[in-house]
This record gives sequence, structure tokens and C-alpha cells, in this order.
Amino acid sequence: MPSKISISNLNFYYGKEQALYDISLEIPAREVVAFIGPSGCGKSTFLRTLNRMNDTIPIARVEGSVLIDGKDIYAPGTDVVALRRKVGMVFQKSNPFPKSIYENVAYGIRINRMHKNKADLKERVEKALNDAALLGEVKDRMNTSAFGLSGGQQQRLCIARALAVQPEVVLMDEPASALDPIATQKIEELIVELKKQYTIVIVTHNMQQAARVSDRTAFFMLGKLIEFNATQKIFTNPDEKMTEDYVTGKFG
Amino acid sequence: MSQTGTVGDKVFRVILFITAAIILLIVAVMIFMMVLNSMPTIRQFGFGFLTGREWKPALSEFGALPFIYGTIVSSLIALIISVPISLGIAIFLVEQAPKKIATPIAFMVELLAAIPSVVYGLWGIFVLAPFVRNYLGVFLENYLGWLPLFQGRLTGIGMLTGGIILALMITPIITAVVRDVFEAVPTTQREAALALGATKWETTQIVLGNASSGIAGAVVLGLGRALGETMAVTMVIGNSPQISASLFEPAYTIASVLAANFAEATDRLYLSALIEIGLVLFLVTFVVNALAKLLILSVTRGRASAKHT
Repeated sequence: MPSKISISNLNFYYGKEQALYDISLEIPAREVVAFIGPSGCGKSTFLRTLNRMNDTIPIARVEGSVLIDGKDIYAPGTDVVALRRKVGMVFQKSNPFPKSIYENVAYGIRINRMHKNKADLKERVEKALNDAALLGEVKDRMNTSAFGLSGGQQQRLCIARALAVQPEVVLMDEPASALDPIATQKIEELIVELKKQYTIVIVTHNMQQAARVSDRTAFFMLGKLIEFNATQKIFTNPDEKMTEDYVTGKFG
Repeated sequence: MSQTGTVGDKVFRVILFITAAIILLIVAVMIFMMVLNSMPTIRQFGFGFLTGREWKPALSEFGALPFIYGTIVSSLIALIISVPISLGIAIFLVEQAPKKIATPIAFMVELLAAIPSVVYGLWGIFVLAPFVRNYLGVFLENYLGWLPLFQGRLTGIGMLTGGIILALMITPIITAVVRDVFEAVPTTQREAALALGATKWETTQIVLGNASSGIAGAVVLGLGRALGETMAVTMVIGNSPQISASLFEPAYTIASVLAANFAEATDRLYLSALIEIGLVLFLVTFVVNALAKLLILSVTRGRASAKHT
């Protein structure tokens, strides 16, 4: 099976400072890949190269290639807006817009003009909320503020908002780090469910979380990819000594 | 040592308290004195003072409506011109311009606020008034002359010129506040929009939505400035107490009537009339500024996220 995302020899710089060193990685379709590593190891930076979110930083520079479905997203003339529609993102801190629950989910559908009419829009919003396992909790208050939801609900709303534009890949940057264990469990169950339709890349601080939800795990250290293997292998019998030390808690 | 320290701290606290209390006291005394000194006209004309259209000090006739009208209309013209420009500058500075360009432009805009009012006035007389008389006024008369707003005697000195001068003067303050408000909008809001495939313009709309109450505050703050601005307006508005539909005609504002007439107001009733009109201006700008501060705080303190549209 060909890779959904294929990264080769990626270097990343903030100004003169190099943050990522020569990273090559293959992410298969419809799997969950987790990025783990200590703080500041570059895992979030790497995640953000996959939808060119680092473009917003003026001094950022990328070398190497990121192919999604065989097309280099850093090639000149790439439509970044279309890319980001295809590669959705969920952030560390839930960031709903100051709008109603309904309008939050509808936003992406509206700006990408995906709906045929009002009924179609409503259907899409409800489907996205349903896919994010939130519909049942909010269907009676769709027109109330998104800020009235709990932290975990807000994060699932952000997932619904991302799913509503029908991405193929969903990037998640520590999506549960600000949530309590019960809300975290819901997000994790959701990730496993979403894998059936989407390719998911998740950055996590929490090694148990990586072990629970992912099929493959990449371990980063000081901007370098140390090891990329099946999650099972990473946590039981890693190839690298450094990986073993990290997952067994010798440092980090 | 600790003993003296405690005493010292007590004295220190009392002194600080007094300095803070002085501000409140000044405001209270100002209001009290203004009310006291405007009692003669309040007694004589009552509410009619605010609705009267005749201002004839020689005949002891005092109606403040032309000044109230002039103040409000010139300020509204200023807002209509200034708000879109200020928003444009602020959006450019925060959302578009690279830092290298944004910093000097922001600096220039803030310098505009430091130009003395009387210099704006001079510039108004020698540059803006002829421009309005020879170009802008003629243009408006030709294309929008069917509106009563743009009919009548075009001298270059009048309501329109006053409004434009005010617009220039309030643009820096509105721009600066809107800029702060935009910067207070969390980056995660922009990233959320971008990640959904939003264009730059669509992302900016999200920022505007987050900042809406702060923008309203900036506008109201600008309004407060425009209402109270004196010197520059006095120099270009024509200072004629009339209510005319035409923006070309001369008008008068509360601040300019005070500045222009206080020295010659000799009899008690005339003086009282001026003080009462000043009291009106004071109260209006006080309320307007308080409202502005509240609106701006709601965004810059990060409480915008507790509100929604």
C-alpha cells in the first residue's frame, strides 16, 4: 500500500536555528501515527510542516519534500488553502470561534462552499458532530455559544469542525493534554473510531496515550527522528537504546 | 527597625491614598462648580436651553441646539471617514505587513497623535479648506449635489472641513486601539481558521469577529475625542450658530463656542450659558469614554472569548 504522506530529508529552520534534521518518514493511509518525545524535540514543528502551518512564521524555512498522495506540498504554486482543507488540524488548546455550536461546525463548510443548500449544510454539520461523538450532547442547543461547552466537549467540537470540511488527513497536536482523564478517554476512543476514514497523525506528551491509540510511533529527540516503528515494537522491543530509555522513563 | 518600617508604610499608604483621592475629588469639584455656575441659565431656560435654536447673547437669548448639532454632526463625519481608514491600517499592520514595515508605520501613526491641535488647524486653513473649496466640494456638488448635504455656498470653511480635520485627528487613536485589540486576539483563532482552508481575508474576518467589541470601544473612544476637540475645529468650522442641512455651510461646536467666547462673556447669564453648555459636553464625553474603556477591556483582558455573536 502506498503511503498517504511521504516525507523525505526534511530540514526545518527558525531563522538560523535548525529545528528539524533530515527527517524521512512514511505515513500509511488510515492508520494512526503518534509522534512522541520530550518537550522541544520538534514533534509539533514537524506536525505543522504537514499542513504548512509554519508558513505563518516569517522566519521559518523548510528543505526537503513532503508528498501527500504523491504531490509535493512545498512545490511552487501549491494551493495552500486547498492543502489545509485536505489536511485538517486539531490544536492543543480547544479554540472554538466566538460563534454558536452550529456556526462553528458550519464555518469550514461555508468558506469552502461545500453545501448545496441550507438543508445540506445542516446535514453536513450534524454528520460532523456525529462523527466527533458530540451530536447527542449538543443537538438541543446548537444555537447556543460554543463557550458554554465543557473543555472536552469544546475539543470534540473542534474535531467536528475539522471533520466537516471532509479532510483526508487529520493532524492532532496534543489534543487531550488540557483535558481530564474522562474527556481524554473519549477523545482517544474517537481517534480509534476516526481511523476507519481518516489518516491521523497525533503528537502526544503522554506515552500511554501513544501506546493506546496509535499503530505506529515515531520517537523524536532534539530535532532528529530516532526511531519509527510499529507502536507495539517501540514500547516493548525498540531498536534504539535511546527509545528504550525514553519509553521506560529513564529520561524525559 | 520593623517598628519604623510599619509606621513608614502607613504614612506611605496614606500619601498614596491621598494622591488617588485627589483625582476623584477634582472630578467631583468640577461637576459641582459647573452645576453651581450654570444655575442661572438652568433656572431661566430649563430644558429649553438644550432645544433652543437662537443664540443671541446681546438679547440674552441662549439656545444651545446649534452647538449640540454641530458637535454631533462634525464628530459623525469624522467617524465615517476615520473608522474604515483606521481599520484598514490596523488590519494591515497586524495581519499583513511584515514587521520591518509595520513598526515604522505604527510609529508614524502614533506621531500623528502628537501633532498639536493648533497645527492641524493651521493646516486646515491653508491646505484643507482650499482643497475642499476647489476640488472635493466641487466634486461632491457635481456628483452628489442632488442631496441637500452637498448644496449651498462653498467657501471651504464649514462643517465638512471640520469633520475631515477631526477625522485626521482621531485616526491615530482609533488605529492604535484597534491594533492592540487585534493583537489581543489569540493566534489560535487565526490558526483554527487557516487550518480549515480559510483565505487571508476569511481569517481576518474571524479576527474581526473576535475583536468586535474592542473595535466598538475604539470607535466610541474616537467619538469621545472628536466631541471634545476644540482648537483645530474652531479654526475651520466657520463658527456660526446655525443648523443647516448643507455640510458646506459654517457651523459651530460646543468646544469652539466655549473657546471663542469665554473671554467676552461678561454678564452673568452669558457666562452661565457657556458653563452649562460645557457641562453638557463634559457629561457626554464622560459617559462616552467610560463606555469605550469597558468595551476595549472586554477584548484586551481576554474576555472576548466569553462572548459570542
